[in-house]
Amino acid sequence: MSEIKVKIKNLYKIFGANPASMISHIRNGTSKQTLLDEHGHVLGLNDVSLDIAAGGVQVIMGLSGSGKSTLIRHFNRLIEPTAGEIIVDGRNVIEMGKNELRDFRRFRASMVFQKFALLPHRTITDNVAYGLVIQSSAKDEIHERSQKWIDRVGLTGFESYYPAQLSGGMQQRVGLARALATDAEILLMDEAFSALDPLIREEMQDVLLGLQEELKKTIVFITHDLDEALRIGDRIAILRDGTIVQTGSPQDIILNPADDYVTDFTKNINRGRVLQVAAIMDDKTSENGPKIERDMVIEDALQVLSKADATTAIVTHNAKPVGSVDLNTIIAALTRPIDDSGRTGSYT
Amino acid sequence: MDFLDEFPTMDRQELRELKKAIDLGFRNFSRAYGDALETFFEPLLYFMVWLEKLLIITPWPIIILIMAGLAWLGARSWLAVAGTVASFFVIGYFGMWEDTMATLAIISVATLVCIVVGIPLGIWMARSDRVQTLITPVLDVMQTIPSFVYLIPVVMLLGIGKVPGLLAVCIYAVPPIVRLTNLGIRLVDKEVLEAADAFGANYRQKLFDVQVPLALPNIFAGVNQTIMMSLAMVVIASMIGVKGLGVPVLRAISNQYLALGLMNGLAIVALAIIFDRISQNFGKRLQKHREGGHDV
Ligand SMILES: Nc1ncnc2c1ncn2[C@@H]1O[C@H](COP(=O)(O)OP(=O)(O)OP(=O)(O)O)[C@@H](O)[C@H]1O
Ligand SMILES: [Mg+2]
Repeated sequence: MSEIKVKIKNLYKIFGANPASMISHIRNGTSKQTLLDEHGHVLGLNDVSLDIAAGGVQVIMGLSGSGKSTLIRHFNRLIEPTAGEIIVDGRNVIEMGKNELRDFRRFRASMVFQKFALLPHRTITDNVAYGLVIQSSAKDEIHERSQKWIDRVGLTGFESYYPAQLSGGMQQRVGLARALATDAEILLMDEAFSALDPLIREEMQDVLLGLQEELKKTIVFITHDLDEALRIGDRIAILRDGTIVQTGSPQDIILNPADDYVTDFTKNINRGRVLQVAAIMDDKTSENGPKIERDMVIEDALQVLSKADATTAIVTHNAKPVGSVDLNTIIAALTRPIDDSGRTGSYT
Repeated sequence: MDFLDEFPTMDRQELRELKKAIDLGFRNFSRAYGDALETFFEPLLYFMVWLEKLLIITPWPIIILIMAGLAWLGARSWLAVAGTVASFFVIGYFGMWEDTMATLAIISVATLVCIVVGIPLGIWMARSDRVQTLITPVLDVMQTIPSFVYLIPVVMLLGIGKVPGLLAVCIYAVPPIVRLTNLGIRLVDKEVLEAADAFGANYRQKLFDVQVPLALPNIFAGVNQTIMMSLAMVVIASMIGVKGLGVPVLRAISNQYLALGLMNGLAIVALAIIFDRISQNFGKRLQKHREGGHDV
């Protein structure tokens, strides 16, 4: 998890007639609204810097219009930045020429889309094979690899169907298979599951997590749903008006929201089922009490404690004690911080 | 006041000089380039003559069989096949077979020329807004200017015959296919196109794997209209020497032969209906795969 796969450095994107001339305004602190009202330009991204570790899932969150789609489209340069660098394996994508960029898109970064974006006139097999055909792989290889991925995403038997004949969830499986088939190390997913029903969405998250366990791709995953972010993200970055306001692990974001905007996001989640003991434990181990693994969520820890009729538990990692946690700490972690309206949140 | 009562016109003498100058200019142009143009169009002429002869010497049962086959391939309906066969029997029975074959020949060649010229033009228009704003008014003029007006320069350039007739038909019939190709490509789902970009498709791959196939239903609507419009031009084309069903219609007009005019006119209508149904249903079938249909 230490090696950096993608490094975004001071990325700016401004939409409008003369974006380059607007950079200085933004650097001087002009707000998104002022830029629009007084200069007629839309601020898309404002000085975004982000390091993305190889083999992990980087989630990017934010409200509608915060610039999520704009940001992810910079990774493979579907959108040209106004300023900044995107460095993948040491090479700046922004400096790539036409052919190098094309090969980058063909072999090294593939994408899954919110509205699936399948070819409606092609069968499932041909859709999954699309990236391979563009790579101009050999015929047998195309066939073999697309079949493999159709099987892996659970669409065996639907090879000769057309996308319109499948449900949304199945169509997105096709989208996922199409992206995985090219063997690219980077997978870009723009609200890939947002168009699906909650149940199907969870199913797809499981599919993705199952595959990721084995594939270890570098995944950039956009969502506006915190539950989804917590489920699949190794790291989360929160975007607001084109600026990254916080990055961190899921536990970090929940326990230490950087500002009201982030607090708003975390307000309604079920903390008991998300927070892990490791995030709140004390490093000193205790003498006695029930043993709990450190990645146990605190709701379950609470149950263990109450069953054992104890107030303190020993936290273990790989069966070795690494710390302790007591009842009060758990209860404090369950209640969310007092918000502006003065209400205290409670465990729901 | 004199000024208000009478529109200020150009001096008559000057106006006459102007018209003369234009006429002379074009006449010189056609003297200089007419022959070259004729040579340029020669292959087209040979093709048209060859097709017409082929249609006429082919035994009539075979033609009817081919037409029935086309109707089946296009429309997939027995009613369409029966209607087609019946129409051709009636046409033949009333002695209009040869004229109908001649008309079929020019319609086919005209449609072919329109496709070959129109689709690339439509694609070019879809690529650039500048090209679109440039070509759209030209298409408007082509569709609205009275056909007789552009017959004059065409005849001055190429004389009377099949090629100028074909040209006149194409000028009238090509706009819809250009327009609908342009429209169809512009309407292609932006997300799908973005996906093609994201997977590294080059221009050619985007055009042939995504844009053209997705625009095909619209393009086909354009082909359909082009066929209809070239049929509508059959009578006018026969004024400048194109053989076919238009010739007897013209004769009927100048001699007030009601029955002759009616029969040939109805034969043109029959052809129009047949081709319309065939091409329209074919176009509809092209987008079958878009219908949902959860047979899962
Ligand atoms: N082509 C464009 N021209 C002008 N403004 C644009 C363009 N694309 C995006 N924007 C603006 O940039 C900002 C960020 O848009 P973006 O689509 O990245 O948001 P998002 O976070 O993906 O939102 P959503 O959740 O709705 O998808 C918005 O204010 C949007 O209006
Ligand atoms: Mg978006």
